[in-house]
Amino acid sequence: MSQKVLLNATEVDIILNRLACQLIENHEDFTETVLIGIQPRGVFLAERIKRLLEESYDISNIRLGHLDITFYRDDFRRTAKTLEANKTHIDFVVENKKVVFIDDVLYTGRSINAALTAIQSFGRPQEVELLCLIDRRFSRHLPIQPDYRGRQVDAINNERVKVSWVENEGEDSVYVVNK
Amino acid sequence: MSELSVNHLLGIKYITKSDIDLIFETADHFKEVINRPIKKVPSLRDITIANLFFENSTRTKLSFELAEKRLSADVINFSAAASSVKKGETLIDTVNNILSMKVDMVVMRHPNPGAGVFLSKHINASIINAGDGAHEHPTQALLDSYSIRERLGDVAGKNVVIVGDILHSRVALSNIYALKLQGANVKVCGPKTLIPKYIESLGVEVELDLRKALQWCDVANMLRVQNERMDISYFPSTREYTQQYGVNKKLLESLDKEIVIMHPGPINRGVEITSDVADSGQAIILDQVQNGVAVRMAVIYLLASKIKQ
Repeated sequence: MSQKVLLNATEVDIILNRLACQLIENHEDFTETVLIGIQPRGVFLAERIKRLLEESYDISNIRLGHLDITFYRDDFRRTAKTLEANKTHIDFVVENKKVVFIDDVLYTGRSINAALTAIQSFGRPQEVELLCLIDRRFSRHLPIQPDYRGRQVDAINNERVKVSWVENEGEDSVYVVNK
Repeated sequence: MSELSVNHLLGIKYITKSDIDLIFETADHFKEVINRPIKKVPSLRDITIANLFFENSTRTKLSFELAEKRLSADVINFSAAASSVKKGETLIDTVNNILSMKVDMVVMRHPNPGAGVFLSKHINASIINAGDGAHEHPTQALLDSYSIRERLGDVAGKNVVIVGDILHSRVALSNIYALKLQGANVKVCGPKTLIPKYIESLGVEVELDLRKALQWCDVANMLRVQNERMDISYFPSTREYTQQYGVNKKLLESLDKEIVIMHPGPINRGVEITSDVADSGQAIILDQVQNGVAVRMAVIYLLASKIKQ
């Protein structure tokens, strides 16, 4: 197994700041906007962006929820292992809000497809956007594209994109791992 | 551990502690789901479940049906009263006829102990035992333990007394297995005639004095007197039963601590429990009913995930 660094800590930091600024451009003070981190790995990115918006750009009262899509996935009984769920935590109304989905890697698009169904259980959003740190080009199974992307990558199928965060693995970095 | 060790839920006797942990963790997620504005997930949209009730049931049947529908399964219902069973059809024939309509899972209540185990050896579908005679009622025991865990944080180390008609109760047996598996201390309490011989071999103690039992416990699970299963008279009169083994407010207030009161339903108000207790904050009877749906969703989801395509 070999791996190469795609983004180091400084590059991740620059990208996160850019993504935060792009969000501000479209959502101003976030009164009509809610952020939704997709479980499990999108939550780290979502928490980081929220903190950045609050601390570096002085935007308060940002609503952030965690959405688990396990029960909405289209591969139930199609994988060898039982799909394990994570916690969903959304303590605000989604009805008529602008929703921004946040996930670390956009690959086949199936998770986002499931998330689009899942979010409807909490109301009818005015619109839904997608933010991802890494967009794996040419590997989509569905017509889903990000509205905000950190970096576009051409990774082939036997490669995996691994995102590490200070919070869980001690460093901010993105690797391409050869399986 | 992310998979059940069994393909059927026939009784608590056949599952492990980690199965229970997995069911409870999954039920936590489903409890959140059933409190959303839209209380439904699409996981089981390609699964068909038959609810076969060869014996009367209100709560369990509704709870299972709701759990199945919240998981988007297709549901067919069958009750023995209105079926060909009355015309002399055997259990295996009845079930095989239903299964030939492409059913993936069977939820069955049956008056005969062991009916689920018997069926599991003869048919090719996942089976959930919803009560077999006076033997087991595993989902009830799971939701009882889940409710204790919710109220008291953990089941391990807690003192639980099961009061009443232990002899005729499948709820009692499944609860004893489940509670012991999770490390709780269990006593049973009731008239000597309604306590099975050799019950100590399950690792429980017998206490004939209700007051002492309540003083000892953290949780009291009050069972219903099952008149319909009693072929002979087990106690002189209902009034005497109530005096000896009924729980009322005065009795609970005389204890030096507040205990949790549970009841699997249906309640005989004024017999095993008075209305002021059943409707008080100490009783978690309606929490049990709500948790029943979440726990059954978890059991069905986990078993369905083992059904191969």
